[in-house]
Amino acid sequence: MKQLMLGNEAIARGAWEAGVTVSTAYPGTPSTEITEYISHYNEINAEWSVNEKVAFEVAMGASIAGARTIVSMKHVGLNNAMDPFMSISYPGVNGGLVVVVADDPGQHSSQNEQDTRWLGIAAKVPVLEPADSAECLFFVKEAFTLSERFDTPVVVRLTTRVAHSQSIVITGEREVVALKPFDQPHGKYIVAPAYARKRRVVAEERMAKLAAYAESTVLNKVEDGDSSLGIIASGVGYQYAKEVFPDASFFKIGIANPLPRETITTFVKKCKRVIVVEEVESIYEMIIKSWGLSVEGANLLPRVGELSSRIIRERITGTAPALLQAMSENQIPVRPPVMCPGCHHRGPFYVLKKLKLKVSGDIGCYTLAASPPLESMHTSICMGASIGMAFGFEKARGKEYAAQSVAVIGDSTFWHSGLTGLIDIVYNKGYTTVIVLDNSITAMTGHQDNPSTGKVLDGSSVIALDPKKIAEAIGIKRIREVDAYDIVALEKVIKEEVAAPEPSFIVTKRPCILIKGLELPDETYVVDTEKCIGCRKCLAMGCPAISFVDGKARINQLQCTGCGVCVNVCPVGAIVKSQGGAV
Amino acid sequence: MNIVIVAVGGQGALFASRVLGAVALGKGFDVKVSEVHGMSQRGGSVITHVRYGSAIASPIVEEGYGDMVIAMEMLEGLRAVPFLKKGGTMILNEQVIHPMPVITGKMAYPDDIAGKVAAQGITVHRMDALKMACDAGNSKVVNTVLLGAAAACVSGIDRAIWDDTVKTLAPRKYLDVNLQAFDKGYTMVKGNTK
Ligand SMILES: Cc1ncc(C[n+]2csc(CCOP(=O)(O)OP(=O)(O)O)c2C)c(N)n1
Repeated sequence: MKQLMLGNEAIARGAWEAGVTVSTAYPGTPSTEITEYISHYNEINAEWSVNEKVAFEVAMGASIAGARTIVSMKHVGLNNAMDPFMSISYPGVNGGLVVVVADDPGQHSSQNEQDTRWLGIAAKVPVLEPADSAECLFFVKEAFTLSERFDTPVVVRLTTRVAHSQSIVITGEREVVALKPFDQPHGKYIVAPAYARKRRVVAEERMAKLAAYAESTVLNKVEDGDSSLGIIASGVGYQYAKEVFPDASFFKIGIANPLPRETITTFVKKCKRVIVVEEVESIYEMIIKSWGLSVEGANLLPRVGELSSRIIRERITGTAPALLQAMSENQIPVRPPVMCPGCHHRGPFYVLKKLKLKVSGDIGCYTLAASPPLESMHTSICMGASIGMAFGFEKARGKEYAAQSVAVIGDSTFWHSGLTGLIDIVYNKGYTTVIVLDNSITAMTGHQDNPSTGKVLDGSSVIALDPKKIAEAIGIKRIREVDAYDIVALEKVIKEEVAAPEPSFIVTKRPCILIKGLELPDETYVVDTEKCIGCRKCLAMGCPAISFVDGKARINQLQCTGCGVCVNVCPVGAIVKSQGGAV
Repeated sequence: MNIVIVAVGGQGALFASRVLGAVALGKGFDVKVSEVHGMSQRGGSVITHVRYGSAIASPIVEEGYGDMVIAMEMLEGLRAVPFLKKGGTMILNEQVIHPMPVITGKMAYPDDIAGKVAAQGITVHRMDALKMACDAGNSKVVNTVLLGAAAACVSGIDRAIWDDTVKTLAPRKYLDVNLQAFDKGYTMVKGNTK
């Protein structure tokens, strides 16, 4: 059937059609929807794993045990899974193993622009690059064939614009694939040096065979056009270039590693001028130039941020239409993302700011506390780092510094990679205080369950892990739980715990306000304009429901959730219950 | 046809883009729709793109080539002007949502946005879509009001096809509200252009 599908949905569909029976993932934009769509297929045993490393390990196990398996993550997720990813390369697979990694050029939702093509090259595994949803579906199926034929994991690399764009696909039937026998010669899956040295050679031979395959595969496409301009491109970069140069000759790369040397050489020699259009990194350009061929690329196109047809048009043709502008761009106020009205995270960060603590933060919705007006997170580097880094502060600046700093981490991030950091603090006799912001969901990526929510991917119930019990088992004695909306109690508890000369563990509780079916308080809050002195203190909390009109604060009644966090911030008691909606 | 939908995260730009995409697909066009998921959905500026025609390569509307902008909020409409080609159309919701620099008093919310946009030679259809949505029965269907207004500007597609697509894609519980909201936007623009 012909239908519109998101790239991520097409990946899920392709996996299903390829007979996949196991799927693992940890959420991360722009990859998350792959697993959400996969969870609709009953034939696939799918899970949200605790982190990408575990997701990858479960997937390796499933593949080696004989099942066609898919594992999905965002680009930085592969860093977390790097050890298993690099290590499975030599042993190879059994049932097809496809690793879908979604890169984020332009950093729409990410800390960096790292390019997964590099990592595929480093691991010596094939990397496929679809350019639209139809290719997402087809390439995933092809990836499973390749994986089994060449005994290798196969990476399918997406970028945000491919993962999050809908285009037309024609769906097919599911291939029923039997489990492969689990009886490989002893040692194939043992990486002890004696075995692994042999597999090292096999991995090289495999790359040579793949290079031969790349010369004739349908994944790469030559489109003969006007030979005065040849474009070599892949993924969405191909689409942008096609938009600008519909008549040019194209070499569309579908398999990024290894590149087909012969067919590219023929193409380059046929064209008068060849430009490599690739986002962020000059990988193709570098490889093609290393063959002694003359191509352009980085001399014309930026290496920072995502490409667009306008950038290509401007840089290559030198002419792009003048743009309409109703007001100069720097006069238009920006609209960065903000914590929602009623967000669990507002109160804790308001208090941390008030107490002037150095906050070692982490990644999640709460990272929004780093932006104005709260500006109360001082570091945020990678998932789980908050805990180890706060302990690093203490190591660098002395034990007393533990009274001036805290680690702050979300519930999903705590399970993902906070535990080992916490153990390190206790084991190495630290004093650092750790705050877990437990909003009962993985909010940032669009509400996935995690080990403390009491639910798994298919919606069924499971025992909910309690971070406090883990902390207790690790040996922490000072363990507290506080209502995230109660800023008075928060201030008291945080003050006491940072001062204690031993590690402390605080859990703040309130479900994310966006959780479906959540019961909200009946009453909203309003500003009593008689009492309001226009001091703007409430505005410093960064609640989008509060604005400043005619010298007074005003609470938008459509947006107010009745969390009441602002009530205790007002110095004159001007924020009061609405009593049935009087505005 | 190149359509850009701009909104504040949470306003429901996705639904509007999906209806537009489905209608174009039904008419036999090649279609691409680019959506926003992730960080900016938390109250930030969001942009979705809908393109259809005989063959569509890029999923993104190039600045200066847009036929229509559907702006679910005034400031976002102002920001989206560079997407439009000369003589393009903007469906502009009069709703104002203050962004953080305005809330904290660092910047002023620009005034007379509709006038500024129209001064660029853009055909502006402005409306209080929030009020129209509330009249239809739910403040959340602002997106469908604006979709109706946009539909009235698109030639060559019967009203019935729009209604049918809204019926298939809207949540069952809110079907009537959505159909009413669509009608309000549609009739408003048809009335203006008569
Ligand atoms: C290694 C890695 N995997 C995934 C992500 C994407 N990601 C960012 S934050 C986050 C989880 C946030 O959940 P939580 O810690 O519960 O905080 P919340 O958003 O609910 O406040 C995820 C999955 C990432 N940045 N890095």
